[in-house]
Amino acid sequence: MLSREAILDHLPRLRRYARALTGDRFAADDLVQDTVERALSRWALLRPGSNPQVWLLTLMHNHFVNQKRSARERLEQTTVDGILPELEVRSEQGDGLALQDLAAALYCLSEEHRSVLLLVAVEEMTYEECARILGVPIGTVMSRLTRARQKLARILAGEESLDVKGVKLEVVK
Amino acid sequence: MNRPAEEDIHAYVDGRLASDDRERVEYWLQNHPKEAEQIAHWQQQTTGLRLLFNPVVEESVPDRLSRVARVSATNIPWRIAAAVAWLSLGLVLGYGLHGKSSSQDSFLTTLVHPAAIAHVVYSPEVRHPVEVGAEQQAHLAQWLSKRLGTPVLAPDLQSAGFQLLGGRLLPGDATAAAQFMYQDGSGRRVTLYVRKEASGNRDTAFRYADEKGLAVFYWVDGQAGYALSGDLPRQELLHLAELSYRSLEQQSQR
Repeated sequence: MLSREAILDHLPRLRRYARALTGDRFAADDLVQDTVERALSRWALLRPGSNPQVWLLTLMHNHFVNQKRSARERLEQTTVDGILPELEVRSEQGDGLALQDLAAALYCLSEEHRSVLLLVAVEEMTYEECARILGVPIGTVMSRLTRARQKLARILAGEESLDVKGVKLEVVK
Repeated sequence: MNRPAEEDIHAYVDGRLASDDRERVEYWLQNHPKEAEQIAHWQQQTTGLRLLFNPVVEESVPDRLSRVARVSATNIPWRIAAAVAWLSLGLVLGYGLHGKSSSQDSFLTTLVHPAAIAHVVYSPEVRHPVEVGAEQQAHLAQWLSKRLGTPVLAPDLQSAGFQLLGGRLLPGDATAAAQFMYQDGSGRRVTLYVRKEASGNRDTAFRYADEKGLAVFYWVDGQAGYALSGDLPRQELLHLAELSYRSLEQQSQR
């Protein structure tokens, strides 16, 4: 059985997923905080032998979805600005994609597509783990992953306009 | 050769195929340049996303997050005792349990709201911003501790450029409360509102509230509830809240 203090070891990776999911430093840390509080109150429900990271990501995902549902009428706070300053530095590393464009395109994906792509690509979860975290069959994970990767490619190729919450942006080439 | 299954294509992109399956997909891609190009792009996406977000793992975890894990982790015996007490009380009276949201709501009315009002009333004050000035800090702390019935200390925020101006006694919802005021070089002011908490209240992590546009961070530590208010960017105020918490902890250990 895992000790409760062990949750500290999971914080850096929870923060990474939350940051990537929300695109906002504060919203992300709020999400992590709520997740940790939930986890601590339900620690007894973690079955022995199950992967705590998967369990924590499941709690985070459910909380994120519920929050979005209850706050749907509010204007979404997701902004690309919050992470852009850090990106400019790294884009000089000469990788294949301009990272600013990639970040902007990522937040044009629906949350369904963004979450599955991030869980696979960044969190390196198996497809089975993604299915558990997202609460969908594995076939849905695969088809969402295909659509997410295709859509991201189309946005970056300029075949789809960047449409961040109703604000049209021009793709910088 | 047939097109590989959707799952195999993703597993190839994500480097999760066993070697013979991988060779099979590679062979197919040699004869399908369009798909090969698409898959190469998907792999670039993955590389890019990792470059974007892996640095977050290297950042130091904010105090408020490591604190929430620690606070709850060290309070287990007390929490169990409290749960048992609530449960028996609930059974006797026939009421349901009071959840976390209600205690959070009560902090908004007992702590955040009065703190915000006190900030709005006193922080613009030019001639009499405080009752007792910072030059009498020892007296100030002694006086307020006596009136609140719990040790009250003014945190040191100088490392963030905020000087203590002094403090004042305020009426709280049931008992007395205190306010410390700080000012930085450009004249911006933040106030820390302190009230004595019921001994049954558990420690909380930093929480954020927006009181009609005024940013307030609040937390409960031991016998005192704190609310830091200021017309500052949220991140800066959070930094001051963390600094206050650390400073109070250091001072109380002396």
